[in-house]
Amino acid sequence: MSVQQQTLPLSGIAQEGPGRYRGDHLLVADMVDRGAKVLDVGCGDGDLLQLLEGRGVDGRGIELSREGVNHCVAKGLAVVQGDADTDLVNYPDDAFDYVILSQTLQATRQPKAVLENLLRIGRRAIVSFPNFGYWRMRLQLLIGGHMPRTENLPATWYDTPNIHFCTIKDFVQLCDEIDVRMERAWALDSSARPLRLHAPWWFWNMFGEQGVFLLSRGKGR
Amino acid sequence: MVRVRPIKSPAAQAEERAHEADHPTSLVAAFGVDQPLSLDCGVDLAPFQIAYQTYGTLNAERSNAILVCHALTGDQHVATVHPVTGRAGWWDTMVGPGKPIDTDRFFVICPNVIGSCMGSSGPASTNPATGAPYGLDFPVITIPDMVRAQAMLIDRLGIATLFSVVGGSMGGMQVLQWTAAYPDRVFSAFAIACATRHSAQNIAFHELGRQAVMADPEWRHGRYAEERTQPHRGLAVARMAAHITYLSDAALHRKFGRRMQDRELPTFSFDADFQVESYLRYQGSSFVERFDANSYLYLTRAMDYFDIAGDHDGVLAQAFRGIKTRFCVVSFTSDWLFPTSESRALVHALNASNARVSFAEIETDKGHDAFLLDVPEFLDIARAFLQSAGKARGLKGN
Repeated sequence: MSVQQQTLPLSGIAQEGPGRYRGDHLLVADMVDRGAKVLDVGCGDGDLLQLLEGRGVDGRGIELSREGVNHCVAKGLAVVQGDADTDLVNYPDDAFDYVILSQTLQATRQPKAVLENLLRIGRRAIVSFPNFGYWRMRLQLLIGGHMPRTENLPATWYDTPNIHFCTIKDFVQLCDEIDVRMERAWALDSSARPLRLHAPWWFWNMFGEQGVFLLSRGKGR
Repeated sequence: MVRVRPIKSPAAQAEERAHEADHPTSLVAAFGVDQPLSLDCGVDLAPFQIAYQTYGTLNAERSNAILVCHALTGDQHVATVHPVTGRAGWWDTMVGPGKPIDTDRFFVICPNVIGSCMGSSGPASTNPATGAPYGLDFPVITIPDMVRAQAMLIDRLGIATLFSVVGGSMGGMQVLQWTAAYPDRVFSAFAIACATRHSAQNIAFHELGRQAVMADPEWRHGRYAEERTQPHRGLAVARMAAHITYLSDAALHRKFGRRMQDRELPTFSFDADFQVESYLRYQGSSFVERFDANSYLYLTRAMDYFDIAGDHDGVLAQAFRGIKTRFCVVSFTSDWLFPTSESRALVHALNASNARVSFAEIETDKGHDAFLLDVPEFLDIARAFLQSAGKARGLKGN
């Protein structure tokens, strides 16, 4: 596992205030250069796209829910109604500088295929997902004996859209398996603040509530 | 309940229509023999004219013009009273002061399409060579022909780039044709309830309509005007069949169900016992008042021939390569004439061409006709799309 760890560029958080934007959105937005072309897959109500467009990024979005799309279009965002599992194949290779999959991977039917498509149509991918290895999750399963529910993942097992949960460790393994290069990685705590940097993977996997990864194509791809 | 209006005699209606076909109650741009319209069928049409309406004011930069393209049986009276029927403009939910297409901000141009019967050259127009209506001597026209004629009108109005081209159904086909043929002249495009090609099922419905017209003995091989007859029964049947395709099962059920028309019990006859029958008969009879039967043949044919991919080696994305136009595509859940799958195919092609596109599917049971009706979610999207495009264009008032 070779992860290049760098100092976090957190200037944006101070300027825009953590209350207005989600912490993981600010982290993602800071990774994207001005003028870049970005596709946000599963863009929800378009909050991240709006943040990006405000920073001079050429943003596009795909969203599954009709309400989400209509909100986005009503905000003037270039968002289309579509499904990450079926519609990414329609985008040409290298169409974007960055493709973002924010808190959506666990809701796709074929996470591996989706991940491969992200790095086909984008030169880089930014993927964030809830870490099922988070200690509160483990505790609920171990002690409570029931499927975990948290503030950020409040759905019950029978009505959750999240069908493919994974841990940070699982995700790193998948990246290795399909020859995806991890350029940078973060684990965020329950307030979406990054955990301390030079921690071992097991620590992130235990104490990170979500993982955020900046990915690019491996040498073999 | 269906409103019953006194209907003028078919002869009086025909006279009024014939007058509108040559001398419309609107602006007219006449093109002489020196400016022919070259048609896809190989004919150079000259002279010809385009009837159109405008609303609002063109700004000094000439950057706020919106072209509204009408559907199959629409006309230039998008937000003005129809001269024959006396009814309000056909899109007054969308176009007007303070409406999504705000005539206080935009200069709106709505031309009658070539082949129609409201003042732009078509089969009901007088053929200058004979002094009689063209009838079937009018050349068969296509959607690209309509758009070519509109481009000549826009040239004459001194507008280099349209801020937006907007339309639903056949109007949406024109929007897409505009972007494919003149990508640099269209800043934004709003294509509603349409497709990049007419489906086999839709061609089949059109053929049904045309056969109904042509089966009417009063049609006289298209020479009904000279023979002083009217194929109004055939045209009414065509309209009734088409009207069903504009609605949805759910909308028909909601509006009429199996309710009876002014009676409690069936009459055991072929009277219009059911409200839905009465409604359809009314739709048919009010349509023939305002529309020319031959125009109906020509315009349905134009839609049948429409296939953008076919004009680009079968690859739809090829038509939009490198396009800078901002697109908004909208479909409606209950539209089975131009279902969402058609819009999705368009969106995929636009994505493949790297175009900037928004696409929303609106939930409604109102069927294909939803784009003409008061559907707030749809109107909100129209407003927002034009607003953000206006911002990108640097229009004032954003």
